[in-house]
Amino acid sequence: MSKREIIDSRELNIALNRLCCKLIENHGDFSNSILIGLQPRGGQVLSRLVKLLEAEYGVGSIRTGLLDITFYRDDFRRRPGHLQPNKTKIEHLVEDQKVVFIDDVLYTGRSVRAAMDAILSYGRPSKMELLTLIDRRFSRDLPIQPDYKGRQVDSIASQRVEVLWEEVDGRDAVLLTEPAS
Amino acid sequence: MSELSVNHLLGIKHLTAEDIQLILDTAKEFKEVLNRPIKKVPTLRDITIANLFFENSTRTRLSFELAEKRLSADVVNFSAASSSVKKGETLVDTVNNILSMKVDMVVMRHPNPGAGEFLSQHVDASIVNAGDGAHEHPTQALLDAFSIRERLGSLEGAKVAIVGDIVHSRVALSNVLLLKKMGAEVMVCGPTTLVPKYMHTLGVRVEHNLQTAIEWCDVANMLRVQHERQDIKYFPSIAEYRAQYGLTMEHLDALEKPIVVMHPGPINRGVEITSEVADSEHAIILDQVENGVAVRMAVLYLLAEKRKLGNS
Repeated sequence: MSKREIIDSRELNIALNRLCCKLIENHGDFSNSILIGLQPRGGQVLSRLVKLLEAEYGVGSIRTGLLDITFYRDDFRRRPGHLQPNKTKIEHLVEDQKVVFIDDVLYTGRSVRAAMDAILSYGRPSKMELLTLIDRRFSRDLPIQPDYKGRQVDSIASQRVEVLWEEVDGRDAVLLTEPAS
Repeated sequence: MSELSVNHLLGIKHLTAEDIQLILDTAKEFKEVLNRPIKKVPTLRDITIANLFFENSTRTRLSFELAEKRLSADVVNFSAASSSVKKGETLVDTVNNILSMKVDMVVMRHPNPGAGEFLSQHVDASIVNAGDGAHEHPTQALLDAFSIRERLGSLEGAKVAIVGDIVHSRVALSNVLLLKKMGAEVMVCGPTTLVPKYMHTLGVRVEHNLQTAIEWCDVANMLRVQHERQDIKYFPSIAEYRAQYGLTMEHLDALEKPIVVMHPGPINRGVEITSEVADSEHAIILDQVENGVAVRMAVLYLLAEKRKLGNS
């Protein structure tokens, strides 16, 4: 197995800043918007975006949440091993609000399909959007595309794209992992 | 975390500490589901569950049925009173008939100890024991543990006194086994006639004085006096039992530290606990009922997960 860094810390930060600017263009002061990180990896992107929005762009009191999609997955009983649910934390009413799902890597689109299903248990948002830090092109199983994307990556199914965060992993980077041949 | 180590939930004695931890952790997420505006997830939409109750039950059956419906499973209910069991059909025949209708899981309550185990060896479905005679009631023990953990933060080192009719209680046995596996200290307390002699071999303290028990414990689990299982007289009178083993507000007010009061229901108000205790801030009896649905959802989810498509 080999790992190659495809996006470094500087490029990652440029992408995050660009995503912040695009969110502000569409959501203004975020008074009718809720940013929802998809568990388990979207929460890290969410907290970094919120930190930037507040510190660099002066946007205050952004409403956020975390959504776990385990119980809505379409591969229950179809894959080996155990699917452990993560914490869901939705403390704001989503009814009639603009919801932005936030995740680190968009691949098949199946998690996002599950997230759209899951959020409806909390109410009917006026709009749902998708923000992904990394968009793996040409790999979708479903007709789902991001509204905001940090970077596009071309990869094949056997490869893995992994986002590292300084707070958790010690540095910011995006790695492409090749399986052992 | 990995999957459950078992394919059926027959009793606490078959579970590892990791299994129990997995069920309780998963139940925590299901409890969140139960507090959503829409309290239903689609996870078990391709699973059919038969609830077979060969013995009367209100809350356990309702709790299982609600858990199954919250998980979107298809549910069929069967109770012995209105079935061919009355006409002499055997257990395996009854269940095989139901399984021919393509049922994946069976939740069963039965008056005979070991009925679930017997069934699991003869039919191709995941079996959940919802109480087998005076043997085990694993989901009750799991929901009690979940409720204790929610209150005290951890089961490790928690001091739990189980008070009352121990000998007829499947709740007591399952609770003792589970709490010991999770590192809690357990005491059983009751009249000598209602505490089985082998109890000390399970590594629990045996006490016959209620006052000593409640001064020692963090949690008092007050069991119901099971008149219906008592074929002979185990104590002189209800009044005598109440005087010796009934928990009152006077008991609780005199304690130096507050304790948590639990009861698996249905309560005989004024016998094992007074109405004031049952309705006081010490009691978490209704939390136990709410947690029961979440815990049963976790059990069904984790057992269903082991029935991989293609193998079931």
